[in-house]
Parts: sequence; C-alpha cells; structure tokens
Amino acid sequence: MTKQHANWSPYDNNGGTCVAIAGADYCVIAADTRMSTGYNILTRDYSKICKLADKSLMASSGFQADVRALQKQLSARHLIYQHQHNKQMSCPAMAQLLSNTLYYKRFFPYYAFNVLGGLDTEGKGCVYTYDAVGSYERVGYSAQGSGATLITPFLDNQLKSPSPLLLPAKDAVTPLTEEEAVDLVKVVFASATERDIYTGDKLEIVILNANGIQCELMDLRKD
Amino acid sequence: MFRNQYDTDVTTWSPAGRLFQVEYAMEAVKQGSAAIGLRSKTHVVLACVNKANSELSSHQKKIFKVDDHIGVAIAGLTADGRVLSRYMRSECINYSFTYESPLPVGRLVVQLADKAQVCTQRSWKRPFGVGLLVGGLDESGAHLYYNCPSGNYFEYQAFAIGSRSQAAKTYLERKFESFMGSSRDDLIKDALFAIKETLQGEKLKSSICTVAVLGVGEPFHILDQETVQQLINEHEIVEEEAPAEQEAAAAADQDAPPADEAPPADQGAAPMDI
Repeated sequence: MTKQHANWSPYDNNGGTCVAIAGADYCVIAADTRMSTGYNILTRDYSKICKLADKSLMASSGFQADVRALQKQLSARHLIYQHQHNKQMSCPAMAQLLSNTLYYKRFFPYYAFNVLGGLDTEGKGCVYTYDAVGSYERVGYSAQGSGATLITPFLDNQLKSPSPLLLPAKDAVTPLTEEEAVDLVKVVFASATERDIYTGDKLEIVILNANGIQCELMDLRKD
Repeated sequence: MFRNQYDTDVTTWSPAGRLFQVEYAMEAVKQGSAAIGLRSKTHVVLACVNKANSELSSHQKKIFKVDDHIGVAIAGLTADGRVLSRYMRSECINYSFTYESPLPVGRLVVQLADKAQVCTQRSWKRPFGVGLLVGGLDESGAHLYYNCPSGNYFEYQAFAIGSRSQAAKTYLERKFESFMGSSRDDLIKDALFAIKETLQGEKLKSSICTVAVLGVGEPFHILDQETVQQLINEHEIVEEEAPAEQEAAAAADQDAPPADEAPPADQGAAPMDI
C-alpha cells in the first residue's frame, strides 16, 4: 500500500532573489522585482522589500502570498509594541519577533526565505538571515532565494568581512563604504540575472543609514 | 445623591425606572479632572487638565492615541479608561489588518458603547467608570463623540467632561457655531481657553494640561510641552498687553478672566513632573 499523495499543494514559488549587506553605519537591502510562477512571469514590478520599523527592513523571496501575510502580521505586532512601549522596535528585537512568528507555524510554515536588515541599537548595520521556520543568525551579509547559490560564494570572496565560515569569530560588518556596497549589490544582481531565469526585470535597492532611508531602482535584463 | 434601596445591584431597577449603579458610574466621570474636545470640518482637538495627586507624583495619562486617525481623552476611573483604550487599539489594528483601511470612527464608538452596555446588564459586572471623548477622522471629515458609562454615545461639535466642565461648556456654547470653519490653530486656541475656564482662576501652564491634535493630513499626536507653553503665552500675553491688536471676537470674550492673572515672570515651559 503506497502512501497517498496530495493532488494539490498550498504552496507556490514566486522566485526572486534577496540580498542584504551590513556596513559600519549603514545597511543595504536589495531584491529583484520579478514575480513568476513556473516558467511564466506574473509581473515585472513587485516589491519584495517591506519596512517593518524605522530601523528594520525585511526582504523575502519564496511564496509571495505567505510573504505578504507575514509582513502584515509583523506590522500589526509592531503597532502593538509601539502602543505599549511608546517607541519603535529595535532591529534585534524585530529579528527575534520574526523568528518566533515563523516558528509559530512550524507545522504549516510560511514559505518565505527572509533576510532582515537594519541598524542595531548602537547604529551599526546588522543583517539577520532566516530559514522558513525561524532559525536565524546575525551575519555581515546574506542572500536568499533562487539566485542565492550564485550570489553567496561571490559575496564570500568579495566581502573581507567574516562570514560564519571563518574562525575566530570577528565583528560581523563589512569595512566597505556605502557606495562600494551598493555597487557590489548591482554587480552581483547583474550576474545572477544572467544565469538565473527567475531573477531579473528591475533591482530595488534600499539603503538605511543615520540619515534615514533611500531607495534606488536599477534596470536588469528582462529575459 | 442620597442612598436608595434600589442601588446595590446594576441589575435592579428603581420604581422610577432608573438604574442607580449606572448613574453612580456617571457620577465617577464628573469627579475626574476635566477633559474637553472640539472639532472643525477637518480637525479635532482634545485637551485635558492633568491633576497630580501631590507635588511628588506624576500625573495620569488621560489622552491616548488609538490609531493615526483616532484619539481619545478620558475622565473618571483612568484604569478603566486604559483598558478601553487598549480595546480600541486592538479593534483598529484588527480592522486594518483585515480590510487594509482605517476603522471608521463611527463604527468604533458603537462597538465601545455596546461593550459598555454589557456591563449594565450583568449582575457580576459593574459599569465602566469612565467617560470617553473620542475624536476621529473618516471620509466625511472630523468627528467628536462622547461615550458614557451607560452605553450611550453622542456626536458633538464640542464638549467637556469631568470636574468644573460646566465652565468650559459655557465657553464652548458661546463659540461653537464658528468651530466648523475654524482653522487648526484657532481650534487649539479655543481648546486652551476652554481648559482655562475649568481652572477657575488657577494659572494655565503647560505642565498642568495636555493637548492633542488630529486632522486631515495630520496623524493624531500629542503636542509637546514647549509648543503648548508657547501657544499659551501667545494667546494670553497678547490679551493683557493690547486687546486692540487681537481679533475683536477673541478679545471681547476674554477681557474679564485674564484680569486676575498678573503678568507671569517665568515664561519658559514648565518641566513635566517626573
């Protein structure tokens, strides 16, 4: 008697890639804007980046319906936090909240591969990377999504900042300047777009620093 | 109010058809320190008097932000007010989560009123001892509502609740017809004057009052103490020095009250109590 398998899946993968890099006093979060299903493109203009708090942004690839639900949950929880504490959530606090929210659905997970970027309580850049059920770690940089396997080895090579691969553990921020980090992100996405069919169309870059939040949009190959 | 034999339970009617427990709850509202609200077509201003128990203690928070487009000022049992504010905030968050749009204030006050009514019809509960002035913005403009412990609610152009609120109401009754077309700043000025009326001679300082504003393009927020003190100075000093310079309407109304206040020596913002 073979096991019966479902003839319908509640999940779909809408593709796309997300990257975040932490600097000494800034954080760069980037994601492409292509949303696909199977071999089709649903839209070339979909933002995967969400501002959760003044100093926390989340970029997520995977199943965008789950991503949207997750974003709404976190935004609502942040509002409650603000009412109770009279201040915005710090990035490390948001990181823990995201982890707990994901694990809450351990047995019917959010199909979302997240990367949280922002400034920590000291104003230094921080990046947290997650799996679908909430396992997380603070790192100097991270990539998630369909192009992550193409991007991560290159970031490991380029960013002189330590990755979890190096010992002894060093401070997890890159010595790159903000402009260098943005440039690196553009280069990295252009390359990923060449080989990954699910990545392309446009690149949305968000830079978070002491002056606030700036957005940039760059064109990518549309094929 | 004298004691009656029908006032022990909220579920006991008096022969005259009254629920005394509910009326006693409304009495609690009258004992709290004053809160006033006024609205124009596009803005709502809420203000309240902060009475600290002693010089050593801080004053209680009586104005709460419920959402960007709704704020509430309370008078009476502030603990009950806090609980109701938490309920209102929760309702707003759940509504915007589901419908991705702000909860219309008219719906919120009905929900609040229904919640209050439940407590007037259960033998194991007591009515909430707090009156709420709910100010909110929706598609048809700015609104001000008063929710009372009985479960009734009314919409107002301007209203005052709490101790010595009658003085404020008298002032508001004189001026309310102009409120609909008032500018935001005039509305705040009128709110400050109304608060002053409830102080009955005591000097109006930013340390004893709190003012909050909300309007079209302006999310609900509480004005900081310096701004409030500046506004107090602007409108009071001008009154005493040269009434002729001030608009005839405002000057004519306020000539009498400022007379008993000597020009104050310290005009800096009074520090918040710790």
